[in-house]
Amino acid sequence: MRKYHDEITRVAGAVVEVTARGVAYEDLAVLDTRLGTSLAQVIRVEGDHVTLQVFAGTQGVSTIDRIRFLGRPMQVPFTKNLLGRIFDGSGKPRDGRCELHDDVIDVGGPSVNPVIRRMPDKMVRTGIPMIDVFNTLVESQKLPIFAPAGEPYNRLLSRIGLQADADVIVLGGIGLRHDDYLMFRKAFEEHGVLHRTIMFVHTASEPTVEALLVPDLALAVGEAFALQKNRVLVLLSDMTAFSDALKEVAITMEQIPSNRGYPGDLYSQLAKRYEKAVDFEHSGSLTVLSVTTMPGDDVTHPVPDNTGYITEGQLYLRGGRIEPFGSLSRLKQRVNGKTRDDHRAIMDACIQLYAACLEAREKRSMGFEMSPWDSKLLSYGERFEKQIMDLSVDISLESALDTCWGILSACFEPAETGILRRIAERHWPAEKPAEAV
Amino acid sequence: MSETGRIAAVFGNMVTAHVDTFAVLNSVAYCRRRDGTRLLAEIIRISGDAVDLQVFEETRGLRVGDPVELTGNLVEAQLGPGLLGRIYDGLQNPLPELAAKHGTHLLPGRYLPPLDPQTTWRFTPSASVGQKLRAGGALGHVTEHVFEHPICVPFGWRGSWTVEAITSPGDYGCDARVAVLRGEEDIRREATLCQRWPVKVPLCVCDERLLPTEPLVTKIRIVDTLFPVVKGGTYCIPGPFGAGKTVLQHITSRHAEIDVVVIAACGERAGEVVELLREFPELTDPRDGQSLMKRTIIICNTSSMPVAAREASVYTAVTLAEYYRQMGLNVLLLADSTSRWAQALRELSGRLEEIPGEEAFPAYLESRIANFYERAGAIRLHDGRVGSLTIGGTVSPAGGNFEEPVTQGTLKVVGAFHGLSRARSDARRYPAIDPIESWSTYEGIISQEARVRAVRLLKDGNEIKQMMAVVGEEGTGIDDFATMLAAELFDAVFLQQNAFDDVDAASDASRQRLVFDKVFELIDAQLVLDNKEHARAVFVQATEMFKHWNYEAPQTPGFDQALAEIDDFIGRGGRTL
Ligand SMILES: Nc1ncnc2c1ncn2[C@@H]1O[C@H](COP(=O)(O)OP(=O)(O)OP(=O)(O)O)[C@@H](O)[C@H]1O
Ligand SMILES: [Mg+2]
Repeated sequence: MRKYHDEITRVAGAVVEVTARGVAYEDLAVLDTRLGTSLAQVIRVEGDHVTLQVFAGTQGVSTIDRIRFLGRPMQVPFTKNLLGRIFDGSGKPRDGRCELHDDVIDVGGPSVNPVIRRMPDKMVRTGIPMIDVFNTLVESQKLPIFAPAGEPYNRLLSRIGLQADADVIVLGGIGLRHDDYLMFRKAFEEHGVLHRTIMFVHTASEPTVEALLVPDLALAVGEAFALQKNRVLVLLSDMTAFSDALKEVAITMEQIPSNRGYPGDLYSQLAKRYEKAVDFEHSGSLTVLSVTTMPGDDVTHPVPDNTGYITEGQLYLRGGRIEPFGSLSRLKQRVNGKTRDDHRAIMDACIQLYAACLEAREKRSMGFEMSPWDSKLLSYGERFEKQIMDLSVDISLESALDTCWGILSACFEPAETGILRRIAERHWPAEKPAEAV
Repeated sequence: MSETGRIAAVFGNMVTAHVDTFAVLNSVAYCRRRDGTRLLAEIIRISGDAVDLQVFEETRGLRVGDPVELTGNLVEAQLGPGLLGRIYDGLQNPLPELAAKHGTHLLPGRYLPPLDPQTTWRFTPSASVGQKLRAGGALGHVTEHVFEHPICVPFGWRGSWTVEAITSPGDYGCDARVAVLRGEEDIRREATLCQRWPVKVPLCVCDERLLPTEPLVTKIRIVDTLFPVVKGGTYCIPGPFGAGKTVLQHITSRHAEIDVVVIAACGERAGEVVELLREFPELTDPRDGQSLMKRTIIICNTSSMPVAAREASVYTAVTLAEYYRQMGLNVLLLADSTSRWAQALRELSGRLEEIPGEEAFPAYLESRIANFYERAGAIRLHDGRVGSLTIGGTVSPAGGNFEEPVTQGTLKVVGAFHGLSRARSDARRYPAIDPIESWSTYEGIISQEARVRAVRLLKDGNEIKQMMAVVGEEGTGIDDFATMLAAELFDAVFLQQNAFDDVDAASDASRQRLVFDKVFELIDAQLVLDNKEHARAVFVQATEMFKHWNYEAPQTPGFDQALAEIDDFIGRGGRTL
């Protein structure tokens, strides 16, 4: 059923309006222009006016160009043959290999019924103490890395991702720099996981709006694999680029922005994607790790802000370190009661003391006298940063906990740590450790 | 129902239709997709023969010209026995039953009755033939959970009704007729075990509204003593993301001393609902030894579910809560998060092209918020019993800044404000309720005098701390320094409470008073403080002892020992042996 409609009546931004009948909301269409063909999606119908968002942008679109409605919403093939393949933002092969047409599934489908979710309870060990001890990652978690520009966020993303030991890895690149794309590919190759990886990559040089499809494609495929009992990991970078594409379309549609130009439904749009993370009762799981770059290192910027309200915590990467404040794993309490009996106590005490240390540093920077207590805090902070916070540290959770005890006992008396007596009695090292600073 | 209109436009979840019959504002309509799927919608604007509908489903696949059916019924909740322990979506579709019938995903257009007509209840009639009753008058009762659940003349029936027939005691499904009543002008109507009520209309059939005064014990120390909530009152919890709003509501829903809890998970994470679903059936309510789930109703429209239904979900939740209040019960409604509901209003308002107010929220935002919280309250029923509905809502302000329309609109109408602070949650001082900014207009479980004193101490401690940041520790006198340490002690061992420790998570009123008094006994004791370093050491030790005590279960030797240790410490004036 192919219908041609010739009348493009309006072109603005990434949006065209055509005159057409019988078109369903959210249907796909193909737009042929002198610069090539592009996918487009219906975003409004009113009488016989149909508004479409054109994924490759509207450059070069003329009023005599043709639009062909496909009579269906966005779909993606779903087969084992996807593994090891690389696609672009609209789902076309990017690796020079054949297109896949096998069993297609809808993209952006309905959400999962909450009652068929199970409670996440499997810890993912990363070897990074700031994660394992303080912000434990759990299978099926949705967790973004918040980072200002210039931080090695993609490297951290792939490092954590590869530790997760998933059955299937899906990478959704949104406005990805080409170098970063190559970095991901190399990392997957080196770890020997390329054959179970699927990539949907939209790079920074491609039309912005094309980025809009990437999370949905990656998540639709991820969900389908998870429903076949696979443990799936979806990596999305950068969700701020995705939000900016949403903003671009909203502005062309003359929607009233709610905050710094972003549309009022930014929260719902992001949530719809992140909520795909799931641990299925009697089936697989889908973990979503993402990057949200923070323009101006401002966590109150609408994109990180809305994201923080949606995800199950965030890792705040700054100065090459995972910040102890601002970083959070909301699922940590699902697992850290079962690791070691001192895990929670260490987690709380070390951060509270580090907060106190920063206050002492502040005092010192203002030129005040340091009390003996301040000096203890300063010495603690230094050790903590070097032995625990540094991203080059790669040790097991258990050794990280032991290291923390070592630092605490080198600096404080048990009661000063605020750790409960019964825990401290059990774990306080008998001797002060050999100086390791 | 036959078609009565045709779709003219589709934009997001808003559909405009041309209708060829009269339309009722806020009534239900269905948009029929070509594949036959009927999508539930509500009429939200009428202009001439054009109506605007908000569709409670994804509108994907709808076309211009597709049929629309108008029902004329308002969006209603079904009320009757069997609501307790259930998990519904925002439009009262039972989620477990949907999963059983339709699988893993929430497919558009799949609806199921809220109350299963197959389930029967033992009905004991109490009204007699010839008796005159008003709406809300009891026809009899069934037993639900541990409550006598009255079956009454539906609340929407106006005027006086005479019982013409009433069934004998027996087991009936919720749709079965249990009585026939004759109204004024000889109208005859049948009453069943259940009834329907439009969710946007407050359900409050009573003799009078009472001033709420009885404390609602949440077992959270900082709440019950400093910023109390009362049965029938309202409060809000604004806070930046990750500050602990949801955890606070979850522990409240577990431990609060209340009859029925309705949880409205509105536009938040599905995972958080799953936690309740899986944990509550395993937990017991200390008041009656039964599963906690049996006193709980969960209404869940999580963030990835259709946005329009989010708005409906808070109204569905409050209607169910009001229904149980009509039984003379104390009900607590916890809504997380009211900001998501406000955002749903904003999205809709934008599509309707209404003139936007601040941050693009509609101008009527404040009145909607006020009307919602006004549905709380303590009431005296016609039969003299008293019921209450307490509403606590979280607010998720953009950027964590309270100077925004939803927080401000809410603060104007609630009786208590539990403001969460980023600084406190970053420093892991949970619950992160800011003791300086928060307030409550209600009376709690300790005397007003003691409360004023505690707040004074916190404020003084805070001021001294700020002062110290300017003049340094060396510029601070020992008395001020000790006051600051005392405030820190009170914060550390009383205000802070570990939600994830079985003992510390819930502290009943008597234990709270005991700890409170003991902390102040220590502060008032003649502690011997030689110098600042010594003062700090004394308070470090005191903090450690109190914390240890907090984690000891009551009526255990450990508890008594810990208390004796503190008494001894006070007796020695803080000196070491
Ligand atoms: N009382 C508490 N005790 C210990 N940890 C807590 C407490 N409250 C919150 N936390 C920690 O903070 C995390 C975030 O809390 P919560 O999910 O309640 O935040 P929120 O304010 O609801 O955030 P959002 O607005 O994003 O939903 C929790 O997962 C937990 O790790
Ligand atoms: Mg929350």
